[in-house]
Amino acid sequence: MPHAKIPRKSTNIDMTAMCDVAFLLLTFFMLATKFKPEEPVVVKTPSSISSIPLPDKDIMLLTVDAKGRIFFAIDNKLKRKALIEDIDAARQLKLSEAEKKSFALGASVGVPLSQIKQYLSSTPEQQKAMDLVTPGIPVDSVIHVPTNELDSWIESARNTNPMLRICIKADGDASYPNVSKIIKTLEAGKIFKFNLITNLKSIPAGTAAYAEANAPRADGDK
Amino acid sequence: MAELDTSSGGGHKKGPGVKKAKKLSTRIDLTPMVDLGFLLITFFMFTTTLAKPKTMEINMPYKDPLMKDEDKNKIKNSVALTILLSKNHRLYYYEGIGDDPNKPPEYKVTGFKQKDGIRDVIINKKKMVDDLKRQQALTAKDEATILIKPDSTSTYSDLVNILDEMTINGVKVYAIIDISPVELENIAATVAANGGK
Repeated sequence: MPHAKIPRKSTNIDMTAMCDVAFLLLTFFMLATKFKPEEPVVVKTPSSISSIPLPDKDIMLLTVDAKGRIFFAIDNKLKRKALIEDIDAARQLKLSEAEKKSFALGASVGVPLSQIKQYLSSTPEQQKAMDLVTPGIPVDSVIHVPTNELDSWIESARNTNPMLRICIKADGDASYPNVSKIIKTLEAGKIFKFNLITNLKSIPAGTAAYAEANAPRADGDK
Repeated sequence: MAELDTSSGGGHKKGPGVKKAKKLSTRIDLTPMVDLGFLLITFFMFTTTLAKPKTMEINMPYKDPLMKDEDKNKIKNSVALTILLSKNHRLYYYEGIGDDPNKPPEYKVTGFKQKDGIRDVIINKKKMVDDLKRQQALTAKDEATILIKPDSTSTYSDLVNILDEMTINGVKVYAIIDISPVELENIAATVAANGGK
């Protein structure tokens, strides 16, 4: 019985289309990516049902780790530059231009002002090592005293950018007195409204908030 | 696509001595390029922060050292519930604001539990206030008020959890207040009475 001859097809596939897709996706991710900001310490935030997103800009971030050390950061390079100049002038730190630039490009700082000159002149690796042992930004429950450096930072930052929203990102295991000192400092500076960064958790069923979230809306949109 | 038209355009004949150059295929194997592309995609996908962190807004009451005592609003005892945050995520609570030294409030202990935890206490308090409103014992303006007093052994997560309970249970009036020495003593007494709890 004669067999029909099956024509042998080439196993080469044209990869061009796949390549196009891959690079299209790559372009999308490259443009959409906002790198995770470098964090000086690992902070495990507690969860809440609040779903207000963190604003994109004009934020001041106060990070508190489990040991209660405070790290301070604001966004925007230009504002950071203005801030370090303000602090430099106010506290006479005699920072060099390079050190100021290092602050503007850096992330959070968590060293007392007495060490900041040394901190800013170090390499990023040395800074990381310092972050591990630093006592954090000194804070006190009263303001306008030299021991409350956090107050100076906040005040200078608000001078450079009055729109700043203050966000506290504290570790769940940080003890209350440490957080309370920050809140007291903020209150003394007449800041009564601030945000706490939390993870999202689902609303427990059968509670007032649950009923509210699932209530049918009058305007019909979801 | 990846091939270019390499067949010569027809015409143009070369002279007899000219050797015809061997036409190489312009087809390139694109597989490594695709590999590279996907590798980079994977990298960007992992480094991208897709979920933005969420925040919880809190408003502290306006505090002014110059404010006179008579200007301050006094909370009615019947609407108030005081919650004390203590160590090991334990919560102590009592009805009222506990300002009457002759009638020390009864301290009870609870925790952040699914069942019979602080949530039920808050829900009951809200119900009680609503009942009192219905009986005209309280005016419509009165709301269940919760005083949160964290002590020095409590953690930040306790604070966030209790603030979260306020939102969960729709408590509109609450405040974070410093704990008083009397309350610390009472906690210690309650711990002793309950055999270490």
